[in-house]
Amino acid sequence: MQLFQWIADIPTLVMNNYPILLQGLWLTVRITFTAIVVGIIWGTFLALMRLSNNKILNSFAKIYVTTFRSIPLLLVLMWFYFALPQMIKHLFHLGPDADIGTSCAIIAFTLFEAAYYSEIIRAGINAVSKGQYHAASALGMTRSQSMRLIILPQAFRAMVPLLLTQGIILFQDTALVSTIGLVDLLGAAVKRIGENIGSTAEYSMIIFVAITYFIICFGTPRLIRKISYFKKG
Amino acid sequence: MITLENVSKWYGKFQVLKNCTTKVGKGEVVVVCGPSGSGKSTLIKTVNGLEPIQQGKIIIDDTEITNPSTNLAKLRSKVGMVFQHFELFPHLTILKNLTLAQIKVLGRSDEEAREKALSLLDRVGLLAHANKYPAQLSGGQQQRVAIARALCMDPIVMLFDEPTSALDPEMVNEVLDVMVELAYEGMTMMVVTHEMGFARKVAHRVIFMDAGEIIEDTSKEQFFTNPQSDRAKDFLAKIIH
Repeated sequence: MQLFQWIADIPTLVMNNYPILLQGLWLTVRITFTAIVVGIIWGTFLALMRLSNNKILNSFAKIYVTTFRSIPLLLVLMWFYFALPQMIKHLFHLGPDADIGTSCAIIAFTLFEAAYYSEIIRAGINAVSKGQYHAASALGMTRSQSMRLIILPQAFRAMVPLLLTQGIILFQDTALVSTIGLVDLLGAAVKRIGENIGSTAEYSMIIFVAITYFIICFGTPRLIRKISYFKKG
Repeated sequence: MITLENVSKWYGKFQVLKNCTTKVGKGEVVVVCGPSGSGKSTLIKTVNGLEPIQQGKIIIDDTEITNPSTNLAKLRSKVGMVFQHFELFPHLTILKNLTLAQIKVLGRSDEEAREKALSLLDRVGLLAHANKYPAQLSGGQQQRVAIARALCMDPIVMLFDEPTSALDPEMVNEVLDVMVELAYEGMTMMVVTHEMGFARKVAHRVIFMDAGEIIEDTSKEQFFTNPQSDRAKDFLAKIIH
């Protein structure tokens, strides 16, 4: 069986090339982490805009969210990776070799994910009962105080599972950056190591990456649940 | 203290309040009653502007709340409100529920807010629960906390929106006792309730509403012994056994 041979090759391949793999994983983590943190913050602002009475903010957020949700992530990524850097280089008179592609890809992810996060957050805010707004207002809190102190903390608590799921989807989506030539975990394993060594190394590395993604995606929610369980005591 | 002049409100085409006019004087306890859907809860929520109105005028303590330039948040901090479903903040401890608005809205120091909160918790008999979360208390206890939370703001008037109708029967009295005590202390109160025992005991006046209209607005004695309208007679016959 060839499959067993490919699997049997994995340990040696990994041991011999782990610096490249770690480098790739580091990029994957960087994209995921930035897109989650900044995406949730920007997503919260978008959700608040959607819920505000200000017509300009409201339509801006609506158009933003609809646009990003109607375009494939890969297209957004290509635009930000190939087209935008050219424009920036032109605008700021940077040399043709300046590497801003990675940053642009990270920005693309963040902006894209914010659209999805904002919908989750908007639903979470709407799910807090109207009585809570009334109680906060009746105590003399302003709209922004009620939002910050009463509504958002409750909304976020209810949204944790959804935000986590979205985070895991995002983590998997980062693999797309390998198709535009960035060296993330997948890129490092398959393109850098697999194609370089040749023969069946590529297959071994594909299996290895699949296992790695599975372990991280399967393990993280369980780990978080355990931690929060211990915290509650 | 509170003046309502020709207050009207519509939900779409449906008129929920029709030309409601009444007054609540300083130190007065007014009970608002009527069949469900009569608009009594809506009426009391218009008093501090939680429900906007389309016509008429509402004045609290010389401030017209219907005037767009009125600082509603500031006015509301002086008007205590207790809700049917308590509306304690579930993510905060009882103590935090009581101190938050004191600190953020009135600008009191942490220490000052804490002292005030603890003394009011003591007053409603719940001092021992200060560090618990709302979900750990019974309905009656939660409603007493809600009253204490409103009192922390040193309100000039208290509004109660069916404060006992979401409670199990055995918990109604512990809440009413707190309200009776408040009334005896001279607090100005507007109370939407079906508890006619409470009305008999402490109300000065009774407002009877039906289909968005104030049908009767009389003294307690007059209302219970000699109601004028058939609708009020009907209502009393149903509610008093």
